[in-house]
Amino acid sequence: MALPQLKQDATDARLAALSMPLGAAWAVEARGDALARVTKMGLPSRRDEYWKYTEPSSLVDEAATEAALFSSDEAPMFDQIDRLKIVFVDGVFDADASDDLAMDGVTIERLSDVMAHDIHWVRDIYGVLETKGQDPVERPLAALNTAFADDGIVIHATGQAARPISLIYLHRDTSSDVMLHHVVRVDEGASVTVLENGAAAARFNSVTEVEIADRSAFHHVRAQGRDHERRAVTGLFAQLGTESLFKSFTLTANGVMTRNECVLELTGDDAQAHVAGAAVGDGGDFLHDDTVFITHDAVNCESRQVFKKVLRNGATGVFQGKILVKADAQKTDGYQISQSLLLDGDSQFLAKPELEIYADDVACSHGSTSGAIDDDALFYLQSRGVPVGQAQDLLTLAFLAEALDEIENEDLADALRDRLENWLMRRRD
Amino acid sequence: MLEIKGLKVDLEDEDKQILKGVDLSIEPGKVHAIMGPNGSGKSTLSYVLSGKDGYEVTGGAATLDGVDLLDMEPEQRAAAGLFLAFQYPVEIPGVGNMTFLRTAVNSQRKARGEDEMSAADFLKLVRAKAKSLKIDADMLKRPVNVGFSGGEKKRNEILQMAMLEPKMCILDETDSGLDVDAMKLVAEGVNALRSEGRSFLVITHYQRLLDHIQPDVVHIMADGRIVKTGGPDLALEVENNGYADILSEVA
Repeated sequence: MALPQLKQDATDARLAALSMPLGAAWAVEARGDALARVTKMGLPSRRDEYWKYTEPSSLVDEAATEAALFSSDEAPMFDQIDRLKIVFVDGVFDADASDDLAMDGVTIERLSDVMAHDIHWVRDIYGVLETKGQDPVERPLAALNTAFADDGIVIHATGQAARPISLIYLHRDTSSDVMLHHVVRVDEGASVTVLENGAAAARFNSVTEVEIADRSAFHHVRAQGRDHERRAVTGLFAQLGTESLFKSFTLTANGVMTRNECVLELTGDDAQAHVAGAAVGDGGDFLHDDTVFITHDAVNCESRQVFKKVLRNGATGVFQGKILVKADAQKTDGYQISQSLLLDGDSQFLAKPELEIYADDVACSHGSTSGAIDDDALFYLQSRGVPVGQAQDLLTLAFLAEALDEIENEDLADALRDRLENWLMRRRD
Repeated sequence: MLEIKGLKVDLEDEDKQILKGVDLSIEPGKVHAIMGPNGSGKSTLSYVLSGKDGYEVTGGAATLDGVDLLDMEPEQRAAAGLFLAFQYPVEIPGVGNMTFLRTAVNSQRKARGEDEMSAADFLKLVRAKAKSLKIDADMLKRPVNVGFSGGEKKRNEILQMAMLEPKMCILDETDSGLDVDAMKLVAEGVNALRSEGRSFLVITHYQRLLDHIQPDVVHIMADGRIVKTGGPDLALEVENNGYADILSEVA
């Protein structure tokens, strides 16, 4: 079927501005396939069902809109955490700024290196999980990434990774337009934690594909950059084996637009997938969109989605969360909650929770709320001597606490809580 | 200590006068009780003094040690030494009781230009005070008032009062929802805080509480005014004869 003309034009214009990286024959083929997917789907427009609430044009345009650099005197994120640091500057791996990539329990390589190898395990995953994640909802920007991303990190966890792997994205060029593609494979019994932080670029498109084998664990904690003007679309695609664990948490502060897609498929029995996020947005330019799709395709699995957003001065939050329970996925336990705290009447929260269930013995629940700060609680705090601004912050953090509680590692949770506290404090009246 | 003169208050939303000229003077170290039928304006008085939204002062004045209370934000009134023990303490999910107490104590210290209390000193103090109110470590860890029983909530109010050491304490129907044992415990907590420099205003429907917290002065409030003032005997009179006699007497 032919694409609508506007979509065709926008897609053609973007593709014309890009060039495909070189690589081994399989890599060229994988990218070619991805390009074919993009060409067939076309890049997103507001008319698409899953872009109804979020205007994607700035993600689609030929060139990135300029984004001013942001400097802060705050300590770098995760500074207190013992981690292996991998630095990207405007989307390019910086070996000098990064730690030695050797670490017990994992093998870490650079994507651009492995894509040149004729034989590498990554070919079984690169673009494969992304392709699976295109059905039933199209994700053309992820396919675009698979076709054109040149850099990224490839992680193979064979045991317990000694330290978290910390991907740090520095933004130095006001018009940088960056695609990064990461691939993670967690072997049976292995476990690894991946941290991400930084503004990355004026426009950032990232895809991470994660294959989690039986009885293994993948932990992911992300703090999305504080740059006020940057735009980002991310796609996290994971497949979970038997008794495996997937945990992902994202803190987003600022940014003109952030669309985080998370596509999970539970294919082994007794697997657990927890995905959560806290977003704080200030101003009419702020738009934050969590789009989650979790497919249960095995028995006795559990999935949790916990998303909280604090919106002020006309900020917009979007949540689209779906749980699909296939006919054989009996004993599924699915939970989904999305809530927003609207600090003024100009801000808005748009939520679309979806459950699609074909099995007959499941427990799925979902809820979505929007509300203001509780006046009674505020007065109670004030009556004990807590100044109104501080009282509001305390209640705002309390609202976000349920999402932060999803983070297993206390030190990481504390680091994010501090970041949120500072964000609120800077805005105190 | 607390001086209220001709205080008139409307409900902001309803254009309805609740307090119609309240006069009340509480000296340092004294315990005053206010009794009165439902809807007489007792709770409104406590809210207006502590600065809750939704009320409009249309006349009169209220001062604490000569300082105009009505002009201050609720947190400033607290720092100036005013404390309200709520009839219905508010549940605050996500805020730990200990964090709450410490934030409150240090906010008030900061507002008064004093040094903040160290974490160690605070912990020591809160443990000692909690113990005497039979508040266990679990209650201190839990979110403020969440899942607390009625008695636990009231004990938690008294703990806050003990930690904040206010000079003017208003207890708004602290006896409501308490069984006899819980009431004794709360009263003991209050009595332990009685001192020369600290005054209390105890608002209650029943004489019961006043058996445990002995007042110096008892006021009867009706239809937005203090209609009668007397000694502790006045509370007994209410207990025995109800409000009707007193109200017809002053009418």
